[in-house]
Amino acid sequence: MKEFNLADDKLLSRSVVEAVDGWDEPVSEDAGLGLTIMTYMRNRRWKYIFVAICLVAIVLVAGYTITIGSVSIGFLEAYETIWNHLTGNIVDTRADYVVWSLRLPRIIGGIFAGLGLAVCGVVMQNTLKNPLADPYTTGVSSGASMGATITLTLFGGALGSWYGALGAFIFALVPVAIMIGITKMKDASATTMIMAGIGIMYIFNAITTMMMMSMNSQTMQAIYNWQVGTLDLLAWEQLPVIAVVVVIGIIISMVISGKLNVLATGDESAKAMGIDADKMRIWCLILVGVVSAAVVAFTGLIGFVGLVAPHITRLFIGSDNKFLIPAAGVFGGMLMIVADAIGRTILFPEVVQVGVIMSFIGGPVFLALLLGTKKKMW
Amino acid sequence: MTEIVLDNVTFGYTEDHPIIQNISLKIDEPGLYCILGPNGVGKSTLVKCVNKILVPTSGTVTIDGVDIMEMSHADISKYIGYVPVSTNEAFAMSVLDTIMVGRYNHRRWGSEHVDLEMVYRAMKLLRIRNLANRNFNALSAGQHQKVSIARGIVQETPVLILDEPTANLDIKYQVYVTELLRAFAEKKGVAVLTISHDLNITAKYAHKIIMLARPGVVFKVGTPQEVMTKENVETVYGIECDVRDHDGYPTLIFGGALVDDDDSVSDMGAFEKESGFWSSLKNAFKSDVKHHHHEKKE
Repeated sequence: MKEFNLADDKLLSRSVVEAVDGWDEPVSEDAGLGLTIMTYMRNRRWKYIFVAICLVAIVLVAGYTITIGSVSIGFLEAYETIWNHLTGNIVDTRADYVVWSLRLPRIIGGIFAGLGLAVCGVVMQNTLKNPLADPYTTGVSSGASMGATITLTLFGGALGSWYGALGAFIFALVPVAIMIGITKMKDASATTMIMAGIGIMYIFNAITTMMMMSMNSQTMQAIYNWQVGTLDLLAWEQLPVIAVVVVIGIIISMVISGKLNVLATGDESAKAMGIDADKMRIWCLILVGVVSAAVVAFTGLIGFVGLVAPHITRLFIGSDNKFLIPAAGVFGGMLMIVADAIGRTILFPEVVQVGVIMSFIGGPVFLALLLGTKKKMW
Repeated sequence: MTEIVLDNVTFGYTEDHPIIQNISLKIDEPGLYCILGPNGVGKSTLVKCVNKILVPTSGTVTIDGVDIMEMSHADISKYIGYVPVSTNEAFAMSVLDTIMVGRYNHRRWGSEHVDLEMVYRAMKLLRIRNLANRNFNALSAGQHQKVSIARGIVQETPVLILDEPTANLDIKYQVYVTELLRAFAEKKGVAVLTISHDLNITAKYAHKIIMLARPGVVFKVGTPQEVMTKENVETVYGIECDVRDHDGYPTLIFGGALVDDDDSVSDMGAFEKESGFWSSLKNAFKSDVKHHHHEKKE
């Protein structure tokens, strides 16, 4: 093997020889290194703090939203009631019924729904390298709509029923399967995937609309409510399903967060760093499809949270997926119950669907943040 | 030293239009290897075939005797680092975090300080320590380039491939980066493979030049003195050129451009084939090229 001696290389200028020659020497006494590590750690600490703040906030907001409703429950009373129920020491049966049976499933379900959709949004945006991607870009929403419409038309009955949810879940995965088929056949580039998703969405939406045209007004009303997205249908029996799927989804997302960071540098450099970008995109698509389908099956189409929670969180802590995934998840959960709380109070005793509020409040907030931020993010 | 051997490598997106043809090369010594050649001759395609970003239509690439087709991307990434032409990223992080991504293959629990130190060294080498906390997308094209090179360096692979590392850099940094890569190759005993467009800088600093010519073939491989002759440059690049000796390495002085590339459309059949309704429809549904996945330029 050829041996070189840097100092003998007459072509190289002094500054280069010095810079490269010192490469292997420790730089620990370099003040710049200390400063760099310090800033790195400080930035990371801020990210942890942000996640912690969101966690505390979500508990407080959850407590507050329990107080909202026709039966008045105090803020502290809400926690007390939950504590009493958990310890099996129910004091006030009426408060217990209102908190535990009526309000809590809605709130916990809402948190999990927001969590799941937001994490799916992060994963989707990264794998498709597109800030406009969200869980619905995969056609999940249109598939779920069609599934719900079909099952309701065929079997009648109320939304939130198990077979309604099952129909929505199964059909939500159909577009994902079609998309994977298309990308397998053609070329798994990110843009192809988005285009395929949008194409499928239009087809499914057309089918849904056609079916709705031949429906009685009662079923149509039910479908419509579901399409707007609502937490009305959540009950204790369904929560384990959502919770298990969402939690598993989040754990997987956290495990692959380092890979997502590499994937975000582009397909070619991701492959060069050892990640099969095409394969990973397909697995991420399956993950997002299953998690968002599980959420959508019970809550209907709550848009926006999957798109916006990741973006707002990025404004605060940047794009490192290791932190973005938990932070955006918790933030999404919080966004969901805040929007729901507003929906329940704004036209009390009428309930405005959470999906409507989410878009109505979230939209302007998002625009304001977009305009207000000095950092160049996208 | 890792040995990379390309044997008769041919690649084309369609069977009848190969971009590179029958390329055989051996990279078995440390040093700065520069790939030269005119536009569209397949320089980028060639380097992408080396680490399986593109899969050759025929021929083999081996790393230490192992066919890359039998290796996963993860396996290959331990031998070959790659710095693509730098662009904005969809979700940019800080410069520090961006370079840290290059440590992906080295990161373990608690290895943070080692990784940070490596990143710091690379930033110091490229004179971008002051940019550490800036958002990657807020940088200029030249700064992007330096960050990308730093991300390549921290991968600490025995072979490092850079696609036009001096693009967008001013003349001082073109020379500095080229010197740096040469020095780095010598110091670490690694092979650095770059694509380059500046013939004079290449003629001065390359240990070995790989000159490609149309239609995607290797024209000459050798030292700058061997490759950078008046005849070779005029044949390959189509430009009048004087080569003078300057302290022992060739210096090129260019004259007029001999633009004689044939872009005529005399063959109506082939020309027509690429246009029109049926052809676009056919292209839209064509899925016969399955063995590769090239990234669309977005």
